[in-house]
Amino acid sequence: MKGFYRELAAMLSGAAIGIANGLFGGGGGMIAVPLLSGAMNYEEKAAHATAILIIAPVSLAGAVAYIISGFALPYVVIPAAVGMTAGGAVGALLLNGLPLAAVKAIFVAAMLAAGIRMLMP
Amino acid sequence: MGSIIIILLSFSAGLLGGMGMGGGTILIPALTIFMGVEQHVAQAANLLAFLPMALISLKIHSGNGLIKSRGSLWIIVPAVVFSVGGAFLASVTPSALLRRMFGAFLIALAIKQAYDSYAALRARMQKRRT
Repeated sequence: MKGFYRELAAMLSGAAIGIANGLFGGGGGMIAVPLLSGAMNYEEKAAHATAILIIAPVSLAGAVAYIISGFALPYVVIPAAVGMTAGGAVGALLLNGLPLAAVKAIFVAAMLAAGIRMLMP
Repeated sequence: MGSIIIILLSFSAGLLGGMGMGGGTILIPALTIFMGVEQHVAQAANLLAFLPMALISLKIHSGNGLIKSRGSLWIIVPAVVFSVGGAFLASVTPSALLRRMFGAFLIALAIKQAYDSYAALRARMQKRRT
């Protein structure tokens, strides 16, 4: 894609990423990765890393809105932040050395199982 | 005890998040399914927990030369604006409905991810053959 159309596509995808990330409190990065590696020609590992750069300000804006609505409870937020930050550092160090396909297969299975469980009442 | 389990669940989610593949899509269902956390509360926790994790993993990735900001502002600006709208939409959606919508979103993401991986694998096999 070229010039104006590429930017328009990027902006529309940005809107979709924003709505999903705000509505579901996450998952925007999952939309950003194929966009970066597909339409914007990023190499795969760079697409994964750059997706984090895109989602950080988006999550910050969403987080402020959730705090205002009164949904941020410290007894959940604090341990979640501690665990996620430690795990994130390890994951980032591993990204350069792991076979992505194996990680993805496990990830897809976990998402499917969780999705089906959540659809049930 | 509860917070130790939350730390362990978040650590596993962070492993994936640090690789740039949806840590939140794992943390949110883990919190609601295993810990009985309310859907909106789990989503808020994920958004907040993501921030320090993003800072650290961005630092590591940029050290590895994996961050390319080329063209990304075109995505970031509308995404930030619309995320506030999405968050408002969530705040007026009842918990049970939001949980089901989240489940459907997860299944859609899983199918998309599986299809993309399959297409990439097939392209690689074909390349090898020629």
